[in-house]
Amino acid sequence: MTAKNAIEARNVVKAFGQGDTAVRALDDVSVEIRQGEFFTLLGPSGCGKTTLLRLIAGFEMPTDGLILLDGQDITYLPPNKRPVNTVFQSYALFPHLTVAQNISFGLEMMGKPRAEIAARTEKMLALVKLEAMAGRKTSQLSGGQQQRVALARALAPQPKVLLLDEPLSALDLKLRQAMQIELKRLQQETGITFVFVTHDQEEALTMSDRIGVMSNGKLQQVGTAKEIYTTPKNRFVASFIGETNFLAAKADGTKARLASGDVVDLAVPVSGDVTLTVRPEQVRLASANEPGALPATITNLVYFGTDTHVHLALSDGTEVTARVQSPATGDAGLEKGAKAAIRFAPGAVQVVGD
Amino acid sequence: MAERRFSATRLPGFATIAMLAFLALYIPILTLVVYSFNSEVTMGNWGDLTLAWYGKAWANADVKDATLRSLTIAGLAAVISTTLATMAALGTTRRRAFKGQTFIYVMINQPLMVPEIVTAVALMILFGLIKTVTGVHGLGYLVLAHSAFCIPFAYLPIRARLEGMDLTLETAAADLYASAWATFRRVTLPILMPGVIAGAMLAFVVSLDDVVITEFVKSAGQDTLPTYMLGQMRRQLTPEINAISTGLLLVTVAMLTAFFLLTRKND
Ligand SMILES: Nc1ncnc2c1ncn2[C@@H]1O[C@H](COP(=O)(O)OP(=O)(O)O)[C@@H](O)[C@H]1O
Ligand SMILES: [Mg+2]
Repeated sequence: MTAKNAIEARNVVKAFGQGDTAVRALDDVSVEIRQGEFFTLLGPSGCGKTTLLRLIAGFEMPTDGLILLDGQDITYLPPNKRPVNTVFQSYALFPHLTVAQNISFGLEMMGKPRAEIAARTEKMLALVKLEAMAGRKTSQLSGGQQQRVALARALAPQPKVLLLDEPLSALDLKLRQAMQIELKRLQQETGITFVFVTHDQEEALTMSDRIGVMSNGKLQQVGTAKEIYTTPKNRFVASFIGETNFLAAKADGTKARLASGDVVDLAVPVSGDVTLTVRPEQVRLASANEPGALPATITNLVYFGTDTHVHLALSDGTEVTARVQSPATGDAGLEKGAKAAIRFAPGAVQVVGD
Repeated sequence: MAERRFSATRLPGFATIAMLAFLALYIPILTLVVYSFNSEVTMGNWGDLTLAWYGKAWANADVKDATLRSLTIAGLAAVISTTLATMAALGTTRRRAFKGQTFIYVMINQPLMVPEIVTAVALMILFGLIKTVTGVHGLGYLVLAHSAFCIPFAYLPIRARLEGMDLTLETAAADLYASAWATFRRVTLPILMPGVIAGAMLAFVVSLDDVVITEFVKSAGQDTLPTYMLGQMRRQLTPEINAISTGLLLVTVAMLTAFFLLTRKND
């Protein structure tokens, strides 16, 4: 056996309601989350991220399947018996308690000795830089400060796993970016396994050790940010994370013929009708006489500061977007309606499932 | 663009009608209070300004006895009805909507809807039966009756408070290792407290004020302040009654002020 998993979900199904109106919030989800990693569940709203988190926390029981913590079956253990804590999307700070009392709540409920509670609360206040606010009511704090209290409160009992449900979604952009760094720091300092939920792909890419991409109650792909970005398993993953081009093709080995008749190279041999994907930044503008160049027409140019998106149409009208560095001066011959040619970077063309 | 919605305050004569309504509410009370300081016995004449009636009421052993009984019953009824109302409120809000929910609400609030005189007669008959069979004649009957009709008054503010409470807080407590009981003691109840106190005070005031049910249920020598006053009216009306009423009014106003302070939205 390899290193133990902090959390493992085995064939988890969660259905709400009964009969025809039943909603399958989770549909046979299996995932292994490793000890000490920053794991992100990424997916659009309604795909079942919160439901999976609530099953791990013990707020819901699965319809089918198992949840394991450190290899132990905890599927039916009530939440107050699980060494797992949650940072709620709404923070859910106790309004009748002070900042310090909020933080020490979990330790008190665990029956820790008074001295230990005081010392740990002190330490947590320092960790989230809220020493000066210890005696305040939580309603007197700003959104960012409340967020940090919620974090400290959940970290104080030193859980094996910390669950975070879109904790940054209520913060404005500046604060969100600062908190992303802060969260990463806290995770590294404490060594606690973080399971972080977000629908924001950029947040997922920058913070996570590994990402689980979800849609429609199913886990679509698990991998590092780079794996998911460069080798997306299916259409959904490819389009949800970053921008991409899809091209229909007929493959035969490492060659694939596009609908336009052009032939491109594949990194992995396949055969039959396939969907290819290429990231816009892997599409290069080439000169027409370059070997392997695909003739195209520029249909539109969108300027994004450092980058320019060049929208092109292949000979049969198939649309392809290229992302090129904006030229320093003028438009370097790029103009709407002009003839152009493109090439795909070596190894950039991926075959994706549906 | 200013939205044009229906507004009663813009109707012609709104201010006048509102003024008249307030006058109708408060002129009688004002008269009562003013005449409690009148040295003359009959209402028609105004003598000197005096505190004599307050002194007389204070010295009156029957008044003292009835006051003490009123406070005892109101205190006990407030505690009992508030406890039951808290449980009822938890039972009716801490769950998903269920069949027969409206029926339960109606059942709990029954005392607000059934004419009080009907309840009074019913209780008199039932308690009368029990008294004859057991021979027990204590204050318990009154306490029980008061507790029952105080429940809806305690229930409504508690339920309002519960409905405004974020349920995630209870989930968070469970997440932080609190048992169901600890969650209730350390999170739900403290947050509910203003509602509970408000409910208890409302129940206290309503019990203190009751005439009809008390009159029918009480045994001999179990007069409360209101039934004592009613008894006095049948004999001779003196401003002593006004003085007692004013005292009762003061207690009620104090309680109701506290009630409104506690149930204010921003706390
Ligand atoms: N308690 C519930 N009762 C009924 N349906 C629910 C419940 N909780 C979640 N769902 C449904 O399950 C699906 C997944 O929800 P959720 O896990 O909250 O998604 P996410 O967090 O990814 O936005 C949604 O269709 C949602 O409507
Ligand atoms: Mg969610």
